[in-house]
Amino acid sequence: MKKLLVWGGLAALLIIVAIGLNRAQQGQVGVGEKAPDFTLTTFDGEAYRLKDLRGQVVVINFWASWCETCKTEAADLENAWRTYQPRGDVLFLGVDYVDTEPDAKAYLAEFDITYPNGPDKRTKISQAYRIQGVPETFIIDKNGKIVHVQIGPFRSYEEIVSYIEPLLNK
Amino acid sequence: MKINKKQLNFILLGVLLSLALTIVVASPVNAQDPTPSDDDVNAIAKQLYCPVCENIPLDACGTQACIQWRGIIRDKLAEGWSEKEIKQYFVDQYGDRVLAEPPRRGLNWLVYIVPPIAFLAGAYVLYKGFRTWKAAEDSQGVEKKRNIADMPKEEVDEYILQLEAELKNR
Repeated sequence: MKKLLVWGGLAALLIIVAIGLNRAQQGQVGVGEKAPDFTLTTFDGEAYRLKDLRGQVVVINFWASWCETCKTEAADLENAWRTYQPRGDVLFLGVDYVDTEPDAKAYLAEFDITYPNGPDKRTKISQAYRIQGVPETFIIDKNGKIVHVQIGPFRSYEEIVSYIEPLLNK
Repeated sequence: MKINKKQLNFILLGVLLSLALTIVVASPVNAQDPTPSDDDVNAIAKQLYCPVCENIPLDACGTQACIQWRGIIRDKLAEGWSEKEIKQYFVDQYGDRVLAEPPRRGLNWLVYIVPPIAFLAGAYVLYKGFRTWKAAEDSQGVEKKRNIADMPKEEVDEYILQLEAELKNR
């Protein structure tokens, strides 16, 4: 009985360690996978649940005010958003990663960003998407599947549009 | 111009009133504006870890994100927040993983329980191992002695006897 208890305890410990290691070694959520659901509450207090956005192309951009490379794509993302906003079937969501609210708001004002943006509370969204850093962008089709993962910044407005255009008529 | 006693008293009263007014007005300003020192900020910062810079405590981290976080600590201290409230604020914003010491709940207990148990178990295994090893050595020695003593004199190697005798004399 004593031995069984010791071996059982050891086995349980090994399983926990194995689960932890497995989780740590997983890469980002990949293309073709279903986008993990989340709710983002914006700095203005509006809530967006990904599940409720089926039928729309969703562009999820992870960024932070302290991230220098995020600044290089900020204007292009905003331009792309302004292109698609009138259509109503494309939504851009900015997820502010490990940031402070005053700095984040200053960043949004500096780049005149108008699409919904909110903090990644308790880093739950970034953990669900297993991001490796910022900026990272996930483009999700109308069925909720990830069709493109951008590691690092977009180089141009055209690059962003090139990933969204093929999804509009699907 | 000659100043009489009444006028002198009036001037003195005016000077005293001005002094009193200066003290009354100046004192609350000093009391209401306590600027937290770097030591105050670092005392809390060293208990926190920014998820961006893994394994570097916040007080020793030089990235922009960590500088922003220390700024938040300074602002909250200036607002009169306690250490506990500030740490809770960071947990609410960024999750439990920002804490240097995981909160004692759920699976986190493993962090506190497993290492001492593993240490004690290791000490017990070593103790048992040494005991078994020593017992085996002792029984082997007794057996050797008994064997030599039991052996007929003509069969005992004279060199072994000489060696045993020399060892005894040492």
